[in-house]
Amino acid sequence: MLKSTMKFATVLAMGVALPFSAMAAAESDDPIIIVQNNWTSQLVLSYVVGKVLEGEGYTVEYAPSDSQLQFAAIGRGDMHFQVEAWEGSMKKAFEDAVANDGMIDAGTHDALTREEWWIPDYVLETCPGAEEWKGLDACAEQFATAETAPKGRFVGPPADWGKNYADRVKALEMNFAAINVGQAATLWAELQSAYDQKKPVVLFNWTPNFIESKFKGRFVNFPEPEPACFEDASWGPNPNATGDCGAPHGGWLKKAAWPGLADKYPNAWGIMQKVNFSNAQIAAAALMVDVDGLEAEEAADKWIVDNADVISSWKN
Amino acid sequence: MTDVARNSAISGFLPNGLKRYELPLGFAAIIIAGVLLAQIWPGATRWPAEWVIPAEQWVTNYINWLKRDLYIFGVAFTDITRFFGSMLKLPIKWAEYLLFRGMKPLGLGPLPWVAVTAGVTLLAHRLGGIRLALLCLISCLYLSFFHLWKDSMKTMAVVLVAVPLSTIIGLVLGIWVTRSRLAAKIITPIFDLMQATPHMAYLAPVAALYAAGSVTALIATVIFAMPPMARCTILGLQTVPSDILESGQMSGCTPRQLLWKVALPSSKRTLMLGLNQVVMQTLAMVVIASIAGQPGLGHKLLYSLQQLKIGLAIEQGIAITLLAIMLDRLTQAYAYRDVDHLAATKSWFERNWYWVAFAVVLVGSYIAAEFFKEVRILPRKATFSFQKEMSQLIRDFNIIAYPILNPMKEWMTTYVFLNIRDFFLWLPWPVFVGVIALGAWRLGRWPVMWLCIALCASFIVTGFWVETMQTTYLVLISGIFCVLIGVPVGVWCSRSERVASITMSICDTLQTFPSFIYLIPAIMLFNVSIFSNVIAIIPYATVPAIRFTYLGLKNIAPVTIEAAKMNGANSWQRLWKVELPIAIPEIMLGLNQTIMMALAMTAITALIGSSDLGQAVVRSISTQNYGRGILAGFFIAALGIIADRLIQSWASKRKKELGFEG
Repeated sequence: MLKSTMKFATVLAMGVALPFSAMAAAESDDPIIIVQNNWTSQLVLSYVVGKVLEGEGYTVEYAPSDSQLQFAAIGRGDMHFQVEAWEGSMKKAFEDAVANDGMIDAGTHDALTREEWWIPDYVLETCPGAEEWKGLDACAEQFATAETAPKGRFVGPPADWGKNYADRVKALEMNFAAINVGQAATLWAELQSAYDQKKPVVLFNWTPNFIESKFKGRFVNFPEPEPACFEDASWGPNPNATGDCGAPHGGWLKKAAWPGLADKYPNAWGIMQKVNFSNAQIAAAALMVDVDGLEAEEAADKWIVDNADVISSWKN
Repeated sequence: MTDVARNSAISGFLPNGLKRYELPLGFAAIIIAGVLLAQIWPGATRWPAEWVIPAEQWVTNYINWLKRDLYIFGVAFTDITRFFGSMLKLPIKWAEYLLFRGMKPLGLGPLPWVAVTAGVTLLAHRLGGIRLALLCLISCLYLSFFHLWKDSMKTMAVVLVAVPLSTIIGLVLGIWVTRSRLAAKIITPIFDLMQATPHMAYLAPVAALYAAGSVTALIATVIFAMPPMARCTILGLQTVPSDILESGQMSGCTPRQLLWKVALPSSKRTLMLGLNQVVMQTLAMVVIASIAGQPGLGHKLLYSLQQLKIGLAIEQGIAITLLAIMLDRLTQAYAYRDVDHLAATKSWFERNWYWVAFAVVLVGSYIAAEFFKEVRILPRKATFSFQKEMSQLIRDFNIIAYPILNPMKEWMTTYVFLNIRDFFLWLPWPVFVGVIALGAWRLGRWPVMWLCIALCASFIVTGFWVETMQTTYLVLISGIFCVLIGVPVGVWCSRSERVASITMSICDTLQTFPSFIYLIPAIMLFNVSIFSNVIAIIPYATVPAIRFTYLGLKNIAPVTIEAAKMNGANSWQRLWKVELPIAIPEIMLGLNQTIMMALAMTAITALIGSSDLGQAVVRSISTQNYGRGILAGFFIAALGIIADRLIQSWASKRKKELGFEG
């Protein structure tokens, strides 16, 4: 009896101690935690940065996160680095986290982003002027559904992305009703469905995005925004309203980081600050996954090989 | 409230001949009074903005205060919660090292898939024989050959911690409730609330207090999955036959022995039902937990949907369902395993060959994995996927079905849905509250009435009236469809055992298969519309309507049916005049569950696009507007509780009238 108890205790102790020792060792080379979101370019680019850091001898882990919740977590150090923060959809959460949670703005990419109303090319067959907002407005009834009739239906971004298209529609006195989807995937389901039926549709889209490689279409041009558009009612096509303009053609794409990086991993921090992608590089990264069918991690490996010179420029 | 007072005043003056019209007259009086009031006072349609109680802001401020400014004995509150979180992280880490990270200091990789598959299959064989072993083997092979192994293991790392944790906490709380009246008073309503609140509502506040990541996911999962265990424990312990307890007492059990050796074992069946629900709910949370930073199948599934790879999402969804089924069947088999009475006569090897075989495979596979990495995890080239074909199939179906289904959708939307919506948005709140209050008073007298009035008031005075009405009409429409589909299917099941067994397994699948996946095909067919929302709710919320109808009809005493036959009732007459009236209380309980599930689904259909309470819940996660999210979640629960109280009161009243015990 005693013997078997002893044996049991030994086994138990070993069982408890083993994972602990494993953990202690894994924590001693504290991993750098890179945030992953759920769109292609971000996934590939985060693997690219992670793999470059691993090449420098760091341990890297990836943590999935919501695109809005992530910034506060980065400020607190639960996660350390985000490679893609978009002006259009994340500006507010990003700036809040810089102001309140101690997150650091780790620099801006060369890549410019645009978020705007978007139409598939076939829409131009039935509504030739649709590339300009006035022309689109002229055939608004083509876009109507039971719920919006007689107004056209604009499929807008998730409501929390900080864009109020209903206001713009009002300011420009357009014959459209803006509805909000619940998540980005909904936009693409709408687009796919309309595209297969060749049905008129106008929806929110952005670039760089995987959509460009799968669907043929273009942005609708609105008056280019100036500060005066939001302050001076007389500016723009409607002399009685502010906000009668589109979104900027070139929005920023930033990186976000935990303030502790500089002290804890000075070399890695140096690299992260230099990480810089252009539109073409981001599109190439996303294309490998969305069109060629690679996994994000495989695409990152290939991207690193293809862009060795870019990566070496980050290291010195 | 004043309307109700007025109503009883009116009925007091009624001449005796009109007494039996008391109820319809009461409703009419409330409706007329409410509509007239709305004509002279716009506040009866929309609660005046300056009277709105800013509860939303209070809650947000409170959470922010907890998060930023609260110190207990000089220690920040978030440091305490985070320390607690890091304790919870330990077991998750162990599971992670074992399942997919590997143990670096020992130079050991993670468990090779061959070893896990062999282990699970052997265990299944031991517990449930060859059928269960085959089920587990096929499931494991599916995970491996469809390249879902690593993500499944990431998911399992949290599930393996969440299931025991929920079970133990549920068991302890359940026992405590049966022991202490005070505990029962405090905890039971909290359980009601925990279960009726959509799971997404807890994510934001939990993430604020703990680090985003697997710990938050674990806590949110436990909050959601634990109450059924506790309820089943309570139910199980309360229904232990008294003669069993007495015989335990007579044989000299101490109270502790009486609990552990007598009461708990004899309520095993109910406890196992609780465990089954824990497993199902835990796996149902996988996708939602990934929003809070839990890696694994859920995260990959959301990514697939984001990329319009529906086929891939379906494969990942099937993996989640298979994990749920395996875990469920294994735990059930463990509970009902046969005791081997011949064990003592068998040799050591005969008794332990399972262990030996597993040890051999384990060591063998570790060694083999050093030379062939296919043994540890199958490389992508060796796996298949039918995702492209499946996505194409869905697209083709859409191309064919859209022109047929879309006119139907437009018709329904224009003539039915929009009218119902406009009615609810026009409805003055005194009418809504008055009708519910009168109904509640009639069915359950004062306690039910006051509860319903208080719950209604909570969303009116905080300025959530419009969102709540949006939710109400969506749930009402979906509920009607669910009953129209569920009750006939339930009747059909009660007529044929074969249909029943097929339908019940479909029901199991519908409940664990991640509902997110239905959303995309629904949107493709019906666009972002009320109709898509309804379509997405139906598969999930019809299940209880089917189950309870089936159960209700099955539970009718055979004598009753024989009597009906003897009286010459044909099959239809038997159903309409005898069986359905008797089963109706059960069916209404099914309706009750249907409403609860439809309410829970509104948080998920918010991802299609809506402007109801569910949308407020989802939006609060990313905007960190805790107050709005928590309140909206609470109001969804409030609607559920109102429906629950009304239906329960009605069902018990009806049961008494039918001569069954209430």
